[in-house]
Amino acid sequence: MNQLLYSKPSSLFKVETSLATSIGQIQLDRPVMLASGILGISLDVFNRLYRSGAGAVVTKSLSTEPWEGYPNPTIFGVKGGGWINAVGLSNPGAPNFAKMIEPNQDVPIVVSLVGSIPEDFEFMIKQFENCKVTAYELNLSCPHVAKVGLEVGDDPELVRKIVTTSKNSTDVPIIAKVGLGTTHYLNTVGTAIDSGIDAITAINTVRAMAIDVETQRPILSNKFGGLSGTPIKPIALRCVYEISSKYDIPIIGCGGVSTWEDAVEFFLAGASAIQLGSAVGDNWINVFGEINNGILEYMKRKNYSSIKEMVGLAKKS
Amino acid sequence: MQRNHNHTTIVTIEKVIDETPTVRTLVFSDDVMSNVLPGQFAMVWIPGVNELPMSVMITREPGKAAFTVRKHGPASTGLFNIKEGQQIGIRGPYGNSFDLKEGKLLLVGGGTGLVPMMRLLSFVKPTDDVTVLIGAKSKDEVFFEEFANSMLENNSHKVLVSTDDGSYGEKGFVTDLVEKLVNESHFDGVYVCGPEIMMYKTVQSAHSRNMFVQASLERMMKCGVGICGSCCVGEDLVCRDGTVFDGEHLSSNKEFGHFYRNKAGILEKY
Ligand SMILES: Cc1cc2nc3c(=O)[nH]c(=O)nc-3n(C[C@H](O)[C@H](O)[C@H](O)COP(=O)(O)OP(=O)(O)OC[C@H]3O[C@@H](n4cnc5c(N)ncnc54)[C@H](O)[C@@H]3O)c2cc1C
Ligand SMILES: Cc1cc2nc3c(=O)[nH]c(=O)nc-3n(C[C@H](O)[C@H](O)[C@H](O)COP(=O)(O)O)c2cc1C
Ligand code: FES
Repeated sequence: MNQLLYSKPSSLFKVETSLATSIGQIQLDRPVMLASGILGISLDVFNRLYRSGAGAVVTKSLSTEPWEGYPNPTIFGVKGGGWINAVGLSNPGAPNFAKMIEPNQDVPIVVSLVGSIPEDFEFMIKQFENCKVTAYELNLSCPHVAKVGLEVGDDPELVRKIVTTSKNSTDVPIIAKVGLGTTHYLNTVGTAIDSGIDAITAINTVRAMAIDVETQRPILSNKFGGLSGTPIKPIALRCVYEISSKYDIPIIGCGGVSTWEDAVEFFLAGASAIQLGSAVGDNWINVFGEINNGILEYMKRKNYSSIKEMVGLAKKS
Repeated sequence: MQRNHNHTTIVTIEKVIDETPTVRTLVFSDDVMSNVLPGQFAMVWIPGVNELPMSVMITREPGKAAFTVRKHGPASTGLFNIKEGQQIGIRGPYGNSFDLKEGKLLLVGGGTGLVPMMRLLSFVKPTDDVTVLIGAKSKDEVFFEEFANSMLENNSHKVLVSTDDGSYGEKGFVTDLVEKLVNESHFDGVYVCGPEIMMYKTVQSAHSRNMFVQASLERMMKCGVGICGSCCVGEDLVCRDGTVFDGEHLSSNKEFGHFYRNKAGILEKY
């Protein structure tokens, strides 16, 4: 077969380059999303992020009731780059949050949920019945709050029940966010897929800590927190590559994306979209527009008309 | 290696000055903090207690900076109780700063909101005509009056105090004094920091008369760098877009002067 003729239609006739992407049933105009827990408590801020180029925003992980989170210090800037945080999932609670986003029409909002039992998720999803929600993301991977997050992700039976209950509570697509716990995350992904999950976000922060040598104490009030930002990118990329090699499931890459090259790396590893959080702290809100532009230019240079054409290309060898 | 402003740097408190029964100034050596712009703040770690946002206070000595703290809840009380020789952690400086205008200036500070005003004073030009308004609950709680006078000894200036109970200076709210002054004459720049209602009224008084006015906002802060979202006011993130905002911008913000968010992020009325 003539490679030139068949592999690159865009070199034969002009095709509009588009940043639009689909993650299973989820359609987005742009592939760079805001990760959960970052700037996520006000609809006005969501609007601003959307205008700045975010393809969707993921809310802070919401619980059934308001949580204050841990006392400060809750965040620590690592010398070589990256952050360790133990915000402790502070959030206004799902009922309050749902009321706040009810007026939303324009912004694709992914609602992130955290809980310990299937009924928590069922209750929370019910709160959003009158809201325009693009997808739900189940946080099965927060590494620093007891009884939720990773502790749930590490328990396959619980993952199965939570995914099944959540799927039965709504027609909106459901994403599972996995991370590195004591159970191999690939098994958690497998269980979630068996239970009907629509997509996977990989990964969450990686459990870490920081100690001050002068005062000789852990800096974070919670002692342990989650490492995010550029130091975890190679780990996150590996996970996306592994998941996409083993399973046929739409993936959102998350962890350490700060440039368009990082984003493209995740597409090539098998992700259909990416999320970023820490880069907002480093480069502020302009980071979305900058990454979108970079991806667009790369696509034009390489003659791709859609994100889809790039997904998983690094596995071709 | 250049200092990473997001990494905690440990400094030793060299001097503690009692300003009022509830307010203390803690002095330490640090070149970076001694040179910050007026309005910038630091995240201050009190080991074993908490971490708080604090405006950076000036001192008269090169290479030194300070925090002026009012004891309130557990975190600020922890800082208030730090003794000479003890260590705290700082990161920053964060935030933008006041735009310096020339000519006739009005600086309004309530309580520890005076801190950024004092740093602003160290930037005024000898030709500026400066009025400083200090608002306090009572005579006991007035501080920095002499300091402000001595900072301005070479300028044409006034330092006026108002107390809510009238035990010193003018009786009433400092905002009544603001209203009176902006009615009498035009100021080229009005600057304010203090309780939000006071800032709201000051911004309204000045902005409605087309005067340039800026306020340094205060919100619940966790990260200080624009990640956690806890400090949002409408679309704005105080730690990253501010803390200093123009009257023009603030007058279109629905939350300023009306709502704040509690520690769980729930919007509450002032
Ligand atoms: C930019 C900025 C500059 C400030 N400068 C000064 C200053 O120079 N002097 C001074 O005395 N105070 C200052 N404050 C207020 C100070 O940070 C504390 O909020 C205040 O002292 C109340 O502390 P607390 O002991 O009641 O806090 P606690 O109830 O013990 O809670 C402490 C925690 O809550 C957060 N928090 C609680 N209330 C507030 C609030 N109103 N604003 C921000 N965070 C809050 C803190 O981040 C901290 O982690 C400033 C605040 C900001 C945002
Ligand atoms: C301050 C902070 C808060 C976070 N809160 C949440 C959360 O509530 N739920 C969640 O699933 N992930 C949370 N995360 C993890 C991020 O969503 C993301 O998975 C991680 O930071 C890696 O991406 P990044 O390197 O682009 O930041 C948080 C991260 C940070 C830095
Ligand atoms: S304090 Fe975290 S975003 Fe401003």
